[in-house]
Parts: sequence; C-alpha cells; structure tokens
Amino acid sequence: MTSVMTQTDLAETADTSAVPAQPAEHSKMAARGVNVFYGEKQAIRDVSIDVDMENVTAFIGPSGCGKSTFLRTLNRMNDTVASARVEGEITLDGENIYDKSMDVVQLRARVGMVFQKPNPFPKSIYENVAYGPRIHGLARAKGDMDQIVERSLRRAGLWEEVKDRLADSGTALSGGQQQRLCIARAIAVDPEVILMDEPCSALDPIATAKIEELIHELRGRYAIVIVTHNMQQAARVSQRTAFFHLGTLVEYGETDQIFTAPRQERTKDYITGRYG
Amino acid sequence: MATGHEHTVKAFDEDIKHLRALISQMGGLAEEAITDAMTALQRNDTALAKEVRAKDKAIDAIESEVEKLAVRVIALRAPMADDLREVVAALKIAAVIERIGDYAKNIAKRVPMVHTPDTGRIEAISLLPAMAQMAGDMVHDVLDAFASRDAEAAIRVSERDNRLDDFYDSIFRTLVTYMVENPRTVSEVAHLLFVAKNIERIGDHATNVAEMVYFAATGQYLADRDTDTAEN
Repeated sequence: MTSVMTQTDLAETADTSAVPAQPAEHSKMAARGVNVFYGEKQAIRDVSIDVDMENVTAFIGPSGCGKSTFLRTLNRMNDTVASARVEGEITLDGENIYDKSMDVVQLRARVGMVFQKPNPFPKSIYENVAYGPRIHGLARAKGDMDQIVERSLRRAGLWEEVKDRLADSGTALSGGQQQRLCIARAIAVDPEVILMDEPCSALDPIATAKIEELIHELRGRYAIVIVTHNMQQAARVSQRTAFFHLGTLVEYGETDQIFTAPRQERTKDYITGRYG
Repeated sequence: MATGHEHTVKAFDEDIKHLRALISQMGGLAEEAITDAMTALQRNDTALAKEVRAKDKAIDAIESEVEKLAVRVIALRAPMADDLREVVAALKIAAVIERIGDYAKNIAKRVPMVHTPDTGRIEAISLLPAMAQMAGDMVHDVLDAFASRDAEAAIRVSERDNRLDDFYDSIFRTLVTYMVENPRTVSEVAHLLFVAKNIERIGDHATNVAEMVYFAATGQYLADRDTDTAEN
C-alpha cells in the first residue's frame, strides 16, 4: 500500500468528521492533533479522537498502523521509550495529561492498562490485586484491602474461581485467568479509563469469550479502549470503532456503521479482507 | 466488486462469484418462465404450459443452493461491509425470484382454464402480453442492476412499478367490462384477472429486489433515501 498512496493522499482522504474540534462534553479523554515520533520516524499523524464512558472504543488496523502506539499515548506509556516524542494535546477530564504538573503515577492509576500477554506479578493472587491499592494508599485497614481484592476479583469475573486459593501464585493460573487477574489488578486502583492492548490474542476462544463478556459488564463504569486484530471481536465488544492506517486515523464511527457500511474505501478494503 | 480489489483469501472471491452466478442463472430462468407462460396462454399451448410448471423445480433447486452457499459463506468467511450486504441481498433476492417463478407457474396452470371449447378465443387475452413484457423487463433490469452494483439503475426499476400498477388497473376495468358484456365467459375471464394480478405482483417483487440491490450497493435503505429526499 505504501508505494501506492503518499501520506498527503492519506491525510486528504481521512474521515474525521466524527471528531469535533472541541472535546465533546461527555468525553472522558480527548486527543487533538496528536503526532508521535520515534526519533526521526513519525508513527502517528494528526490524530484527533474522543473516548467516553458510555461506549467501548475499538482501535483496528493492520500491523504497524500505529494503533498500539496511539493507545500508549493515552497513559503516557511512550514516556518509557527514550526516542519517543508526542505532540498535540491529550486531555483526561479536560486536563492535559502531558502537562508538567501531571503526576504520571497518578495518571496511570486513573488510566489503567491491560497488555497482550498476561503479566501477573510472581506473587500470590491476593498480592497481585492488593499491590496497586497499597502503593496508592487506598486501604486503611486489612479489612479494607480484603474488600478491595474481593470486589476487584468479582468485577473481573474471577472471584468464584480463585476465592479458595488467594494465596496461590498468580502465575499458576491458566492464561485466561491470568488475564482476568490483570484486569482485576487494573480495576483495583479504581481507574476511570482502561486501555486494553490485544487482551485476548494469547487466549483460547472460551477465555476470550469470558474477557469479552467482562468488557461488556465493565462498560459504563469505566471508559474502555481496546486494540484488537480480531475484527469480529471489535464488532462484538465495541460501540465505536476507529480504523488506523499508516499512522493516520482513517475513519472513526459507530461500530455497526463501520462494519456494515464503512464510508472510506480503505476501511472497507481492510475489514472485508482485501488488503495486500 | 466496487473496488475491483480481490480478497486476500481467493476462495472468498470464488464463493461470491458463484453466488452471483446462481442469482443471475435463477433470474434468467424466471424471465423465461414469464415469457413462456404468456406465450402458452396466448397460443393455448398446453405442452409449453406444462413445461413451465416442470421448470419451476429448477428455480426452486437453485434457491436452495443459494441459501446453502450464503449460510456457508456467513459461517466460514464472516463477511463484512459490502460483502455482508451482498450475501444478505443474494439470500433475499433468491427467495423473491423463487416467488416470481411461482407466479409464472400459476399463470401456466391457468392456460387450460382460460381456453375452454365452448367459449372460443377470449379477445381480452391480447391485452396481457404487453403488461407481462413490462414486468419481465423490470425483473431483467433489476437483476442487471444487481450484477453491476448499480444503485441508480435499481431506483429506476422501482420507479417503473407505478406504471405497471396503472396498467393493471386499466386491464382490470377492461376485463370487468368484458365480463359484463360477455356473461358466458365470466369463468374464463376471471382466470385472466388472476393472471393480470400475478403480473402485477411480479412487478412488486422486482421492486423489492431493487430495494435490496440499492442496499447492497450503498449500505443505505431505499426507504430512508426516499424520506430524506422528501424532507429536503
């Protein structure tokens, strides 16, 4: 594709009509004119998007399109990459998260993240969930912590499976259980936004279905953004879908519109399997 | 395909191509059935009428093949966007063509009832072929529109349905007048009324197909478009 279309062409054909210049009132996070560079290389070009509590937002696009890179800008995970540079504005409740006054540790508690490969700490199930609340000082008494752990594991749909073995190691769980443990860990610090970077790509279909059901249940309580390579999954779990290609946001709209009648030719080619 | 791009999975293209071929084959048979049924009616050709009835089984068989293939494509390929719309449209269009075939069969069935030895030739028969031609052309053109993904052509077909309805109304009045003037032929002409009604229904079905073609091509519902146009 790169040889056929220049970046200028791409910018001209991008459909960002769904994104207003100002953050919509109900939006939890808003990005405006975001560019991301890795050294000289520009990975994200002029992306503007709104994320809200009511809708699960899915980012789709071919490998290397920038969807994961963009997701990571939403809780400043790119800060850990020395050569990465972010331009533009990203706000959480109207507050610029790249502002000097922003406490990154606090930000990552408010905007939690779940990764592709389940990565529980090599500690007990209980400690995996309790770790975050403890360092953030969310529990005053031991009883409070027990409550937080139980509530988080319940919300992550894991409580019934692990309640009798909370002292067992988190790494002893199955892949799907580990991923739900990671979600419980993210939930435990009471975040406002949960970012999921291909959370099911290492899971079998049943574990995947459980995560999808969980996303459905968590919707409305948290603003959820999910990056996925599985278009059926995007169609199943999200209400809004953003299609990225070559670092640009090509189309952003209602999921059912994107999957039944996409406006952009490139979106259509991608979701119908005509790329390459 | 609107884009001209092929699917990465070539077998998917083959499935879609096969689906389209089946629809156009089915449409061809339905058109032929209408023409043959009308010829049989005009010429009192009971052998041809019988053939029309026998051939309807072929249309039914293709409908069932379309259904199986569409279900298979949905299950195995998980079609999206225009692919999904195409498969859904094909499924629905096949059911409609099957109905059109049934109407042609019904016309063929009435051939012996219209031509009875004691009444002789019913002059009113001569009114019907032009109407049947109009309906047959609508079926032909709407399937062309499906094959070429032409939403505008589909709209033009659906707009022709009003003229067919007017034609039906005028034939209805003529046939009633004919019955009044020739009471001996009431039972035969009553069958012609049903033939006219069948042709009118074929036009309605062609219009339904036009709506599906429009949806498959654009992702919009023709009814919504009409509302939008009215509002503007």
